[in-house]
Amino acid sequence: MLYREAGQFKTSYAGDQAIFPIIQDRWFVLAVLLVAYLVVPFVANDYFFEVVLIPFLVFSMAAIGLNLLLGYAGQLSLGTGAFMGLGAFMSYKLLTTFPDLNLIVAFLLAGLATAVVGLLFGIPSLRIKGFYLAVSTLAAQFLLGWMFTKVEWFYNYNPSGTILTPPREMFGVLITSPKADPAVKYLVALTLVAVFALAAKNIVRSRIGRSWMAIRDMDIAAEIIGFRPMQTKLMAFAVSSFYCGVAGAMLLCLDLDAAEGAEAFGINISFNVLFMVIIGGLGSILGSFLGAAFITLVPVVLTNAPQMFGIAMATDMQKHLEVMIFGGLIVYFLIVEPHGLARLWQIAKEKLRIWPFPY
Amino acid sequence: MKIKKLVLSLLGATVAASGILAAPAMAAEEQFFPMLVYRTGPYAPSGIPVANGFRDYYTMLNKRDGGINGVMVTFEECETQYNTKLGVECYEKLKGKGTHGATLVNPFSTGITYQLIPKAPVDKVPILSMGYGRTAAADGSVFQWIYNFPTTYWSQASAFINYVAQQEGGHDKLRGKKIAHVYHNSAYGKEANPTLGVLAEKYGYKLTLLAVDHPGQEQKATWLQIRKLRPDWVFMSGWGVMNQVAVKEAAAVNYPMDRFVGNWWSGSDADVIPAGKASKGYKSAALHHPGTKFRVHDDILQYVYNGDTEEAKKNNFGEVLYNRAVLNAMFGSEAVRTAQAKFGKKAMTGEQVRWGLENLNLTEQRLDELGMNGFTRPVKISCSDHESGGPILIQQWDGQKWNIVSDWIPTMRDVVRPMIEKAASEYAKENNITPRNCG
Repeated sequence: MLYREAGQFKTSYAGDQAIFPIIQDRWFVLAVLLVAYLVVPFVANDYFFEVVLIPFLVFSMAAIGLNLLLGYAGQLSLGTGAFMGLGAFMSYKLLTTFPDLNLIVAFLLAGLATAVVGLLFGIPSLRIKGFYLAVSTLAAQFLLGWMFTKVEWFYNYNPSGTILTPPREMFGVLITSPKADPAVKYLVALTLVAVFALAAKNIVRSRIGRSWMAIRDMDIAAEIIGFRPMQTKLMAFAVSSFYCGVAGAMLLCLDLDAAEGAEAFGINISFNVLFMVIIGGLGSILGSFLGAAFITLVPVVLTNAPQMFGIAMATDMQKHLEVMIFGGLIVYFLIVEPHGLARLWQIAKEKLRIWPFPY
Repeated sequence: MKIKKLVLSLLGATVAASGILAAPAMAAEEQFFPMLVYRTGPYAPSGIPVANGFRDYYTMLNKRDGGINGVMVTFEECETQYNTKLGVECYEKLKGKGTHGATLVNPFSTGITYQLIPKAPVDKVPILSMGYGRTAAADGSVFQWIYNFPTTYWSQASAFINYVAQQEGGHDKLRGKKIAHVYHNSAYGKEANPTLGVLAEKYGYKLTLLAVDHPGQEQKATWLQIRKLRPDWVFMSGWGVMNQVAVKEAAAVNYPMDRFVGNWWSGSDADVIPAGKASKGYKSAALHHPGTKFRVHDDILQYVYNGDTEEAKKNNFGEVLYNRAVLNAMFGSEAVRTAQAKFGKKAMTGEQVRWGLENLNLTEQRLDELGMNGFTRPVKISCSDHESGGPILIQQWDGQKWNIVSDWIPTMRDVVRPMIEKAASEYAKENNITPRNCG
């Protein structure tokens, strides 16, 4: 009833090409952003910021990164955790080596450095595909993970191998280090994610994105109609790694504050981000957000659920149940909609259009 | 159909999420201890006895004395799986509970301690990382909120070298000896490396560092190296499942067990029992006696288990790590008691407990009153010294139980303290901290 596009005529090409062609969608997204910027910082508490909101934003960023590579360009990668780790270590190195460097610039440079390394690990994709490619990107995960503990340069030669975010300010406001207000960290993360999500959405709608999709759908055909597989695939790896690198820098500077290379950026992070993309929806920016929300928030809800309902339960029992229910939910959602939460959302929208008189 | 299911599940999630934001109800004055435990995952063999020890000691305090000077002790467990991220989540969840928030936090993980160290001064929650965590935190002028008594990894490593020297017949005999350090490849495992390195230069033994990656189930390569190298002594910094695997592997390569010494986190019952007979003779460092022969154990048995020894045994009663947790819980409650002596007999805030930790003075007499005479050594903390650098024991597994096989072995304060001060001042410089004046 409310959600209907009848009467919305497009009179210009710009209007037709808009990201959200339906007015209601545009208002909805604007409203979400307004709430995220103006309401959330005042109502959420520390726990909510540090356990729910900031990790959600960081992993949305990483999921967008992987989705560009996997969902749009069709190249399977299991190195996300390592690329995030590289971003984190590079941001640490940049911030400690150049204390006056602007934080955002450090994030972008960390992303660039990760993009270069991602490009290198993308080279095998020119010869191998699918699961075989996944295995070769797994090498990135193990090699970089090993380097984070072995090469002392990464952690400034301190004996424990742990990196700590140094306190850095922007416009006179403290942003990194535990002394910073979590609301500030949240706002920085939100802004970065909003800008980068918009950029990603536009990349995939542009020539570059279309060339990725052409390669994904059939690389020989794409080559015949004039796309160069090498440039296209390597570009996908570079852009994706850039996003993952920035996400890693955000994870260190805005969320964790201190990290140990091998543990914080291990293979389980790679898998988690992969699950986010698969559950959220391959080839969908919205899906990246939904998937990140699912994977980061559901365990938090499940951990807190027994207490909220006043059920006394042994700690280990609770954890085991949490893992079981979480696994069950993943299976459930994939059975209900194999194309991910984004597809569910799309179906819901279609049903809403004809509600309350479906035909 | 699909949509209906989806809406229902979303509704469920929303209801659940709204509950997270709800504030907890206030109760009578209580001293709240957050408990970051790990009863699941690859570190559960170490985590379960620790969690039980904390729970039992506080329960006993409440039942026997009605809490600490009449203030009831409350606690809540939160599962971390020894994972730093979950540990920080748990900390954030629990730090605000109780009358004045968390009394102090025992992370029981070096990784989680590293994460919480910068948060402690901000949240005003002191950290008691008993014999683990960042060794440099022993310098109280920089690390005002962090306490790691009764002794640290670096002191422990120096005591281990003292022990080796004792066994070999003097420090001069160390020259030319081969010592290997098998360590968990993490901030925790690496802690002892710098000290062992410095001492290697000083005494002329040859040090080999062998890292074992998390979680430590695969150590064949490491022990193959040891078989080739044939070191005179092997020191190990392991945790969780890594320990039992190492003991098995050491036996498999016929390494003499009585020259294989774990640190105090690598010498629990769960570490040696799975290896069976092979583990006989394995040694480890200790901060306290194993077993149940102290008065504090009688009290726990009586007040927590109503004298039911079987039930107590099921809860790891008297195991090494259980006793470790009892010791740690006692340090926490005594810090509160010390603070109460100054600020009055009510629930203490984190700041007051920090004062209590800093002025903690556990004399032999006080330990006797607590039923722990002989169980551990007296501890005295000051503004500059958060470690107290106490001596350590060496215990040995005889196939049935752990036995103490050494006297209290002194640490090398003269070597370790300057290293601590150097590391602390580097930390202070990196993080813009001005060290306070400890007079």
